[in-house]
Amino acid sequence: MSDRRIVMQGVGLSKRFGHVVAMEHADFELASGEIMAVVGDNGAGKSTLIRVLSGASVPDEGKVLLDGEEVHFRSPLEARLAGIETVYQELAVATEMDVAQNLFLGRELRKPGWAGHWFRQLDKVQMRAQAAEHMRALGIRIQSVRQKVETLSGGQRQAVAVARASAWGRKVVILDEPTAALGVRETRQVLDLILSVRDHGLAVVLICHNMPDVFEIADRIHIHRLGRRATVVDPKIVKPNQVVAIMTGALDAASVPSALFAPVPA
Amino acid sequence: MISSPKSGPDLSGGGDAPRAESWRQAVTNAVAQPVTGPLLALVVIMAVFSLTTTTFLNVGNLSLIFQQSVVIGTLALGQTLVILVAGIDLACAAIMVLATVVIGSVAMQGNVALAFGLGALACLAVAALNGIAVTRFRLPPFIATLGMLTIVTAGARLYTNSRSYPISSDWLMLMGSGPSYGLITFSYGSMLWIALTLALSYALTQTAWGTHVYAVGNSPGAARLNGIYVNRVIFSVYTLAGLFYFLAAWQALGRTPIADPSGYQAANLDSITAVVIGGSSLFGGRGGVAGTFIGTLIVTVLKNGLTQAGIDSLYQQIGTGILVILAVGWDQYFRSGRQS
Ligand SMILES: Nc1ncnc2c1ncn2[C@@H]1O[C@H](COP(=O)(O)OP(=O)(O)OP(=O)(O)O)[C@@H](O)[C@H]1O
Ligand SMILES: [Mg+2]
Repeated sequence: MSDRRIVMQGVGLSKRFGHVVAMEHADFELASGEIMAVVGDNGAGKSTLIRVLSGASVPDEGKVLLDGEEVHFRSPLEARLAGIETVYQELAVATEMDVAQNLFLGRELRKPGWAGHWFRQLDKVQMRAQAAEHMRALGIRIQSVRQKVETLSGGQRQAVAVARASAWGRKVVILDEPTAALGVRETRQVLDLILSVRDHGLAVVLICHNMPDVFEIADRIHIHRLGRRATVVDPKIVKPNQVVAIMTGALDAASVPSALFAPVPA
Repeated sequence: MISSPKSGPDLSGGGDAPRAESWRQAVTNAVAQPVTGPLLALVVIMAVFSLTTTTFLNVGNLSLIFQQSVVIGTLALGQTLVILVAGIDLACAAIMVLATVVIGSVAMQGNVALAFGLGALACLAVAALNGIAVTRFRLPPFIATLGMLTIVTAGARLYTNSRSYPISSDWLMLMGSGPSYGLITFSYGSMLWIALTLALSYALTQTAWGTHVYAVGNSPGAARLNGIYVNRVIFSVYTLAGLFYFLAAWQALGRTPIADPSGYQAANLDSITAVVIGGSSLFGGRGGVAGTFIGTLIVTVLKNGLTQAGIDSLYQQIGTGILVILAVGWDQYFRSGRQS
């Protein structure tokens, strides 16, 4: 089991908002090429954990390691430059802009030659072509990449956000409840999309409340409880009702086999 | 970009994808074409004045309308930028007036270049202060610039002892001159207005900065999570607007060669009216300078035409006020309609 390379690790992470302790000494690990589901009750601190991992907020305590090296992300941009892409729970798409613009937002391509250099002109043709190619490669069917995101259905918007993350992520793609607002069929599509992202060699962190979905696609399950990691389990060994029991505190985490790869560094 | 050999899920949405299913949607789509609405309005208004007055439709008056549009038009370009990031600048004309009196007073001492430079500095500094108030101190733009309006207006009067300065330098009056053919004058001021409109249109539609301006106005949260430095973009917008106010000051001195601290009071609201009628959304992220160009013409045509029709200027103000409210209401209605 320990032949798996650890891509990302969180050690002793804490985050407080005034008197609210959103996360306390939470640990986290993510191996290459896996889908790590993160489950926990509402308010357990899952979003807080991934916001820290993705640079959207800075932890009060603890450290984040990427490929074994400590990193200090102060903004989502820094995390992205390090190869970590995130789809936030609040779905960060600009609805007034089209699909291609959203895929390239903050990373626009400029025209080669003097037009791009002196006049900073965007290469819209190239961006649209690449966006269309990428959407096709992921099997996301939309009428046109020039369609405003506002005109897309919930599932399609979600797909755009996932596509953007997978387009730019070089190491890790983090998804916070990407299927929460979706119907059965759209959920299926996004799950397939996540599998295809994993199959491209990226490590995926997936926050999800739906146990059947989690058990279907996760390679491992991180159970979050009261602001910290209760344990990590293998869905092939541990049953859904056990996971729920650990989540709610009805079952002691130590009573099921741990699927942790790496010992928590001091 | 990664690529996949596997054919993935179908997210075409099938039956539940939103289509132009209602009349509201259809109207919205037509209205969404940036300039069709304002252009149509302009044509209708001009037609009405042409039919109801004898003096409106002639070459000389149309040329005059264009000249009357220049200052408000250039202010409105700066205002468009601010409104695109969901802000508002109630002080834009006041800042411009401050520049004219700074230029006027310094030019009285004979140094035109210095006058010009200090005028520009005043505009950029005050505009940057607006930017700082909105970004760093997180003040609502409405309040920050309302405060700035009061400060700058009073400041300009204190600075001048409520005097006006006549302008005599050809250079400072340049924007009022230009080649003239019979009744038509192509002033350098109007050429500058057109050039600025084109330049800003390019910057907004063809550069990454422009994309970021729209993204920040559309959704600051999404922009931030996409690695855009939201405050930096907003600050750049307010400060760049100051440059437009300064150029408007130059144009204003060309039109009326007097630097009057109590001039152009209506232009603060007129510039906002021009932007809103031009189809930019006060919610930010939607609109552009082509619409503002036409919106400016609408504002001036209304003033000019109502004057030609012999309507009291107080009624004109009431009319402009109603127009603003209608334009904002329209924006509100269609925006909420699209979100539901
Ligand atoms: N910005 C904030 N300010 C104050 N409290 C916060 C903030 N963000 C999170 N919290 C608090 O921290 C706790 C954990 O929140 P978090 O969003 O991480 O939970 P979660 O596990 O993602 O929940 P959910 O499943 O509902 O998304 C909650 O009690 C929440 O109220
Ligand atoms: Mg959450």
